[in-house]
Amino acid sequence: MRKLLFGAVIVGVLSGGAFWALTAPRPMDAASLATLAGDATQGEAVFHAAGCASCHIAPERDADPLVLSGGREFASDFGTFIAPNISPDPEYGIGAWSAGQFVNAVMRGISPEGAHYYPAFPYTSYIRADPQDIADLYAFMMTLPADATPSQPHDLGFPFNIRRGVGLWKALFLREGWVVTGDLSEEEARGRYLSEALSHCAECHSPRNALGALDHGRWLLGAPNPSGTGRIPAIAGDGFDWTAFDISAYLESGLTPDFDVVGGSMAAVVRSLQHLEKSELDAIAAYILRAGR
Amino acid sequence: MTFKSLLGGAALSFALALPVLAEENPAIEQRQGQFKLYVHNFGVMGGMAQGRMEYDADMAQTAADNLFHLTRHDQSRLWPEGTDSMSVDGTRASPAIWDDLDDFVTKFAALQDAAEGLQAVAGDGLDAMRAGFGPVGQACQACHESYRDEAS
Repeated sequence: MRKLLFGAVIVGVLSGGAFWALTAPRPMDAASLATLAGDATQGEAVFHAAGCASCHIAPERDADPLVLSGGREFASDFGTFIAPNISPDPEYGIGAWSAGQFVNAVMRGISPEGAHYYPAFPYTSYIRADPQDIADLYAFMMTLPADATPSQPHDLGFPFNIRRGVGLWKALFLREGWVVTGDLSEEEARGRYLSEALSHCAECHSPRNALGALDHGRWLLGAPNPSGTGRIPAIAGDGFDWTAFDISAYLESGLTPDFDVVGGSMAAVVRSLQHLEKSELDAIAAYILRAGR
Repeated sequence: MTFKSLLGGAALSFALALPVLAEENPAIEQRQGQFKLYVHNFGVMGGMAQGRMEYDADMAQTAADNLFHLTRHDQSRLWPEGTDSMSVDGTRASPAIWDDLDDFVTKFAALQDAAEGLQAVAGDGLDAMRAGFGPVGQACQACHESYRDEAS
């Protein structure tokens, strides 16, 4: 009996140890982060391209998109995620973070305390970004208004409420590297950077597997709306016949080629992207068409 | 009761339930028709604003006049309770409309104001029309963002 118990303890410790090792956060190289210095002026365009405000704006109607107090709820198959306060408030937001901590949070989904963030936060896309862009983003976000709204805990069911388990998910699904590969023109490559690394189009427009990881084989082919009725439309494949002009005009104005007007969660995306240079929107359009070929 | 008659009973009750589920209030189709007519006119000016077609002052003014009058159409019988997307199929009208009708009405009034502004300038040249066109699009977007579901 004692032997059996001892055996069980050993197995428990070993598998616990394996779980602990497998789920350990894997931060970026600390030395390269320490030398990053951000430029707030450059960071403004990154902010609009990355769509931070779309999720971190306050839930109240007509809230200011530059006050990132958090509080919006995002229902999913795993429970409800609540966007945290990422305003520069030192106590309730991210005002006390260093640039390096911010880059690790955005590009690896690791908090300054070393905890995993859930991939509702699209670091799965931001991992492809240029760290300099994210350092610029940090510099810009530190110029935004501070807000003292406390972040709310997510409401997740077991086993998804075990944050450490996200490490396992990352080991399975978190990857650097582009999804659309092959020969790309300069414009298509710029669009790929904007779309796959910053604007994270695919996070809503591509279907996910049972564990919530994006299906790279059905890239941009549309998906069920995770937080409500209907579907997020396909922006590639047979049913999608927009031209580059159509896509770029839509991102600039919110008008479809049939002169319907954008709504739902895409309205906030357009509100962000319309701050970008028209050439950047043209690049996204070129990439979308390239991805669908 | 045999297995077969049980099945028959289940099929019958399903058949009886089905028409109730699928019943559509005519107001849904009618208000959708109204929005199609908005687009019919808004799109003419959109095409000119985006350079897809040449600006034509008469055409723009006619479209803006139409949109002005269309947005004056009384809405009181177009939005009966129970015609939201959670209650019936075939509509993208969010239940949130009926949760905050005051705001919905306010946003509709903003569309009316914007349509009036566009009507005043649509025939005065491309740049003037563009300036009046933007606020109409903003009014559409504000309502779609809060009150229109994704298409299925």
